Amino acid sequence: MKQPWSGALVAGALAFSATAMAAPPTAAMLSNACAGCHGTHGGSYGPSMPSLASQSKTAIVEAMKKFKTGERPSSIMGRLAKGYTDADFEAMGEFFSKQKFHATSQITDVAKVKKGADLQEANCSRCHLDEGKDGKDDTPVMASQWLPYLQMQMDLYQSGKRKMPEKMAEKVKPLSKEDLDALIHFYAAQK
Amino acid sequence: MTLDRRSFIKILGSASGVALAGCAGAPAVVSGSANEMLAKTGRRVVVVGGGYGGTIAAKYIRMMDKSIEVVLVERNDHFVSCPFSNLYIGGIIKDLTPLTIKYDKLVSNHGVKFVQAEVTAIDPATHTVVTSKGTLTYDRLVVSPGVDFRLEEMKGYDDNAMQVMPHAWKAGPQTVLLRKQLEAMKDGGTVVMSAPLAPYRCPPGPYERASMISHYLKQHKPKSKLILLDANPDVTSKGPLFKKGWKENYAGIFEYRGAKKVTEVDVKGMAVLVEGLEDVKGSVINVIPPQRAGRVAVAAGLVGDDKNWCPVNATTFESTKQKDIHVIGDACIAGAMPKSGYSANSEAKVCAANVVALMNGKETVDLSGINVCYSYITDDQAISVAGVYTVKDGKIVGVPNSGGVSPADYSMAKTEAIYAHSWLKNILAEMST
Repeated sequence: MKQPWSGALVAGALAFSATAMAAPPTAAMLSNACAGCHGTHGGSYGPSMPSLASQSKTAIVEAMKKFKTGERPSSIMGRLAKGYTDADFEAMGEFFSKQKFHATSQITDVAKVKKGADLQEANCSRCHLDEGKDGKDDTPVMASQWLPYLQMQMDLYQSGKRKMPEKMAEKVKPLSKEDLDALIHFYAAQK
Repeated sequence: MTLDRRSFIKILGSASGVALAGCAGAPAVVSGSANEMLAKTGRRVVVVGGGYGGTIAAKYIRMMDKSIEVVLVERNDHFVSCPFSNLYIGGIIKDLTPLTIKYDKLVSNHGVKFVQAEVTAIDPATHTVVTSKGTLTYDRLVVSPGVDFRLEEMKGYDDNAMQVMPHAWKAGPQTVLLRKQLEAMKDGGTVVMSAPLAPYRCPPGPYERASMISHYLKQHKPKSKLILLDANPDVTSKGPLFKKGWKENYAGIFEYRGAKKVTEVDVKGMAVLVEGLEDVKGSVINVIPPQRAGRVAVAAGLVGDDKNWCPVNATTFESTKQKDIHVIGDACIAGAMPKSGYSANSEAKVCAANVVALMNGKETVDLSGINVCYSYITDDQAISVAGVYTVKDGKIVGVPNSGGVSPADYSMAKTEAIYAHSWLKNILAEMST
């Protein structure tokens, strides 16, 4: 994002014409503005807010595009996404994907986590790699996300408001409510 | 602030010197004061005010450049959030603990130096901050003082009157006082609120407070009434949403009166006077006075022609009145960005990035800002406004066709009440970890 004339030659003049000489917003400038809701460097402390730290870049870019068009339902994310370009989404995705994984401290049910581990292995592990710690392409990092956030997303999927990817829908359909609850506890417990 | 220029120089003792340091960027100011609290050895930024703006500026400068010493000066040893304090007033939050942060982790995690002291003066010429505990020399200063009240525009409203008719517009003891008064009020009483002409801290704040007080009255004192006397001709923020919420939840309890500017209070008669004439009596009275930048900013000559708010460069937040001093948060004029906690958070990061750039002789970076603000209508319904901001022709403007308020039909109100709680958790964690 650096402009070609940002050299020592003009450094002295900057103080007098900061606005005229300022570079366009960097990835950090764009992304740090999100941290008020998503936590510093994308590590969330809010139970209904996803962590963005170490998230898959493509997952972030795709999510932002869908928020912008309204394909993915939201309260404020759609309104905010309209303020950015695809290039901005790429920059933000890149920034957050490079941040250190944020492990959350939350109470999960041991029995559910155990049951969820088996269900994940059998149903989800081909896309949600490494116990949901590895986000690949548009598959997001699930590990350590907050239980309420995961529950809210599953509710959106089940109601049809958020469209499930076809492969995921095939796997989710036969699962019971208790199974899905166990899966959510499993992902939330991963660190 | 009582120091004049002469006594100020006396306090400073020997004149400060400016050394031509060899490092890139501006030369470091060398400490020259006999009362210097902390020996200044390298490059230093002093941040005044430990609220939504100051904590973030201090933390992000340290995260971006560990070689810069950052001293955060704040009069209290803790901070109580104004956002969500209306929920305490409405009885939904039982104490102020979830709204309170301390500064110890900014020290241990980021190496911010914390000084609990009252700032009494700022001398831009010598790059010095005078505090109740001594002086601090700076290379750059970030001022985030919040607001103070224009008491001269509210006859009779002095320190004593505030104990009878709390403003509760700075969270803490005033918030507790207003809550206690509401609890003590007999059912059938009238609560009177007054809101000032915009601009003031937190545009939707008075309307959220009216909603929360109404919620409390409806639950516990249903024969009581609330009247909001608003100096503005109409609701200044989220207007149609607030009005729908009031109509559906608080008909018969809450009455909104626009274009009613309260100019005087009568403490003995427990009344406020609209334009000095029409008096409105209340059992509990909450006066939100007109506001200006915190008095430290006024004393340092940072306010503009309006004598109230601080004009700044839209990229660096450097004052257009005083060199090497940056102003963020409610005190500054940030174009289209409202005077909100989230704006202060966002402005602080822009300011931090550019303070670091300027101190390292690097190119500054244009602002990309966000505001996100939730207001509660009932205990489980909230509405929001959101905005994305950019710089155009040297001014902060909203990005066209983005941002805006919640759906008019309240279809997201219950979800937003959940999101708002996470907003508070994350933004306070940002400020304190």
